[in-house]
Amino acid sequence: MSRRVSAAVIVFPGSNCDRDCARGWEAATGQAADFVWHKDGAMPDYDVVIIPGGFSFGDYLRCGAIARFSPIMNEVLRLARRGSRIIGICNGFQILTEARLLPGALLRNRDLLFICRDIYLRVENARSDFTAGYRPGQVIRYPIAHGEGGFTVSPAGLKKLQDEDRVVLRYCDPEGRVAPDSAPNGSLDNIAGLINEEGNILGLMPHPERLSESILGGDDGRIMFQSIFEAAVGAGGLN
Amino acid sequence: MFKAVVTVMLKKSVLDPQGAAVERALKSMGHSGIGSVRIGKSIEILLDGRDEAEAEARVGDWADQLLANPVMETYAVAVEKLK
Repeated sequence: MSRRVSAAVIVFPGSNCDRDCARGWEAATGQAADFVWHKDGAMPDYDVVIIPGGFSFGDYLRCGAIARFSPIMNEVLRLARRGSRIIGICNGFQILTEARLLPGALLRNRDLLFICRDIYLRVENARSDFTAGYRPGQVIRYPIAHGEGGFTVSPAGLKKLQDEDRVVLRYCDPEGRVAPDSAPNGSLDNIAGLINEEGNILGLMPHPERLSESILGGDDGRIMFQSIFEAAVGAGGLN
Repeated sequence: MFKAVVTVMLKKSVLDPQGAAVERALKSMGHSGIGSVRIGKSIEILLDGRDEAEAEARVGDWADQLLANPVMETYAVAVEKLK
């Protein structure tokens, strides 16, 4: 079985976590990721695509609203359909919802503040390709850094996410209790990260790459990258 | 030439913390009789077109595609002919 997994980090004007993501990926997997510019109309069949955080196109109009029309998004859609794993972090999550690859939308934070600090997450679904390295119910620490992270979706959409076990991460307190005030941004049902129906696309507001090596003060995020890597290897590599 | 104004508002069902903050501010200033305050955005577009209806239809398409997100927002389009 090939242990080679090809990964790309998409770069938009205003992305600012692209290098952190590539470094986090390489630290966790030992394999370098490529950078792909948003204007590229074609890219190879990467096994993994990372849409990083930042402020693509200055967050003008709505976060992610303009980035979703970049030429590379047609390629992201193509790779999503062929089963590559796609992870959108922070602004990447916002882009994926704007592109309708994930349901819902991200609203201004409840208290109108940009929040930049470490928070706690409970792993609600440890069987996904993105979280299989964690224990079910494990409490992990990731940083957040966003002004628009309050997830919202229609009541029917929320029920579908819950019934299909697609909420993989919820904001919680350090003891793992999920209560409305443990969602720093007012996110509906404390949702911090969710997957699509097929299970190959994850969007999340917290930043795994920012705590992916012990030198950064923690490495809970490393397990997410390793989980994606192992899922891609287990799939036999799509190439 | 026509001027189209697209007014984008958060859906009624979506909490608008900005509107709520302004509502609290107005009330704390002593103003009374306020039902609620909601904040949206206004997008002004100058464009060519055959007539108002045609311009309005095109801008409506743009709103569906880009200017508003139907998951959380609604929009209204008003078009006027410029002299």
